[in-house]
Amino acid sequence: MLNRTADSVARATPEPLARKVRGISDKGLAWLFISPTILLLLAINIFPLFWAIYLSFTNYRANRPNEIVKNVGLANYRRILGDQDIWIAMQTTAHFVFWTILLQTLIGFTLAWLIDRKFRGHAFWTTIILVPMMLSPAVVGNFWRFLYEPQIGLFAYAVSFVTGIPATEIGMLSNVSLAPWSIVIVDTWMWTPYVMLICLAGLRSIPEYIYEAAEVDRASNWRQFWSITLPMALPFIMLAVLFRGIENFKMFDMVNLLTGGGPGSTTEVASITLKRQAFESWRTGYSSAFAIILFVAVFGLANIYVKALNKVKQR
Amino acid sequence: MKSTLKLTLGLTSAMFASTAVSNVAHAEDLTLCWAAWDPANALVELSKDFTKESGIGMKFEFVPWTNYADRFLNELNSKGKLCDLIIGDSQWIGGSAENGHYVKLNDFFDKEKISMDDFVPATVVGYSEWPKNTPNYWALPAMGDVVGWTYRKDWFSKPELQKEFKEKYGWDLAAPTTFDQLKQIAEFFQKREIDGKTVYGASIYTERGSEGITMGAMDVLYSFGFKYENPDKPYEMDGFVNSEKSVKGLEFYKALYDCCTPPGASNSYMGEGVDAFKSGQVAMHMNFAFTWPGLQKDENVGGDKIGYFANPKGPDGDQFAQLGGQGISVVSYSDKQEAALKYIKWFANKDVQAKWWSLGGYSCLNAVVKDPGFPASQPYAQTFLDSMAIVKDFWAEPSYAPLLQASQKRFHDYVVAGQGSAKDALDGLVKDWTEVFQDDGKM
Repeated sequence: MLNRTADSVARATPEPLARKVRGISDKGLAWLFISPTILLLLAINIFPLFWAIYLSFTNYRANRPNEIVKNVGLANYRRILGDQDIWIAMQTTAHFVFWTILLQTLIGFTLAWLIDRKFRGHAFWTTIILVPMMLSPAVVGNFWRFLYEPQIGLFAYAVSFVTGIPATEIGMLSNVSLAPWSIVIVDTWMWTPYVMLICLAGLRSIPEYIYEAAEVDRASNWRQFWSITLPMALPFIMLAVLFRGIENFKMFDMVNLLTGGGPGSTTEVASITLKRQAFESWRTGYSSAFAIILFVAVFGLANIYVKALNKVKQR
Repeated sequence: MKSTLKLTLGLTSAMFASTAVSNVAHAEDLTLCWAAWDPANALVELSKDFTKESGIGMKFEFVPWTNYADRFLNELNSKGKLCDLIIGDSQWIGGSAENGHYVKLNDFFDKEKISMDDFVPATVVGYSEWPKNTPNYWALPAMGDVVGWTYRKDWFSKPELQKEFKEKYGWDLAAPTTFDQLKQIAEFFQKREIDGKTVYGASIYTERGSEGITMGAMDVLYSFGFKYENPDKPYEMDGFVNSEKSVKGLEFYKALYDCCTPPGASNSYMGEGVDAFKSGQVAMHMNFAFTWPGLQKDENVGGDKIGYFANPKGPDGDQFAQLGGQGISVVSYSDKQEAALKYIKWFANKDVQAKWWSLGGYSCLNAVVKDPGFPASQPYAQTFLDSMAIVKDFWAEPSYAPLLQASQKRFHDYVVAGQGSAKDALDGLVKDWTEVFQDDGKM
């Protein structure tokens, strides 16, 4: 029945069209299938990238559509690289990336190692630990803002209970020294489970017989950890560091929700500066140049890192 | 059968006709864009009269203050047709006029005999004119607003506190008339136990993201002698923005923030200020006048418990206040400009303006605010009038956004984060603003 329908459809297909379809090679067919995706990528990724590169050499401002756009050469790039505020924002970003990655890796790996012991109820605890990661950053940002409130926040009360410092004096978001840490704490709370998950995959991929051989050689637990566990899980740890590094380099939502870059400019990371220049000051050309610089920096660092990762894998 | 057919045909025709009529009405609906706040709700109520009179439906697009500028400036810059009418912030007037976002209203005003002389002069300059102080009108003053103060009258009138205050400072505890007095009162209330609760001196603007700290700091700086530029040489800012008096003003604002605000008030603007006052945390509260009707009605802090005062005087007796408020404009990209102009004509009417005030909006029409019954019409009406008489506004240049961003950063860095000195902050501000005007080719 089905064959008869197919035959009738084939017979009904006009001959010129049928000839064309018969003439398409496998490669042609492959291109036919992937071309919509490629066109979409070109339209929403590649074209804006080249457009931003073009704008970065102009004085274009999106809020002045009637103004003549002038080519300013490398002026935007020179101005950015000589702007002290931009360098401060980059330092703040580096500080944030460093501490979040360090804490997330240490805690994440430790949690993965503990979960890997397969104690009773480990599946339940794994699920519980993963909960923060499943929440929306907007929700997390808002409820941590309340937790940090010096007058009504639970965090301030908990710290006050432990340290004896009055809760009203614990201004996590308003104190210049504490505000950067308030973001590091929230990001670590939220994304450590993600690092843990990747590390756990690494630990579970280590064949059991290697440990058995080590036991036969009377290697201590400590020696097994340094000589087997850590080296074999290292590519996974490095992968987690890469993912979190890229994510945190462009961190925006959490900082915006928690401190908005304040107090002053204490927590103003590069993405907040970029947003302010692009959509509040409307310096479109300037902000395009800044975006390109950030893109090149992330792309370059990620490339170097991936090469290092490949070397570790080959060992 | 015939009658059934007739009935069916009749019903179908009626359905088509009603759909067509509703489509026509829908096509004529006007969309008015504004911020999402109490006066916007009052405007929805008021606009029902317009629909009743004209048959033109009204739709509203209200956006919270934190996204208000981003959302609507994007809309205007992209020549969007969402808004037929827009109540845009006073600082947008320069950019919106020069970039062709607003319809120029001079011919319309002449034709409809709407005179700008009928409106409070400060609101005409602030909300309608570009260039400033020239008869080029781009908006009709719609919502008068100004930064002023509310205070806890019930706390101020407690005999034991009055006695203690008099002994400590040598003058009667009452609404302050100078900034020095304001700080003394704030210090007096800071961390004081009242009715079993710890309270604080004052809530002031410290918000970093949009315009908060600039509105608050400028509100104080003006009365200390701050000037945007040399009155005889436009855009010459050195020695005016960073004058000794300006430095003193900014130091005062930081001292007020350090000594007398509630814990964690490092990012506080209109909403946070209202919350602090409503929850009984603060003795005094800096905010735009639009918040007053809501506070007056509040069960816990309103009624007899609340008092109002205009911005106090500075050390030399100068007294100014930061202008808020907006004008209503017709968007040049709208296809319904005629209907939008009809709305403006209706809104300028005296009776409509009187109702606007009674519903909680702040009319800018002289006939309303200069009415002999106006000062007694609401407990805050006199303070509103006093405040509107002393207003100054931030730059309304097409580049107001980068100018505002620079002051937000400089003020927040110094006042809240305590980085550098007031002189450094204001010198930096002169540098930033000079760069902006140089980019614009104005210097």
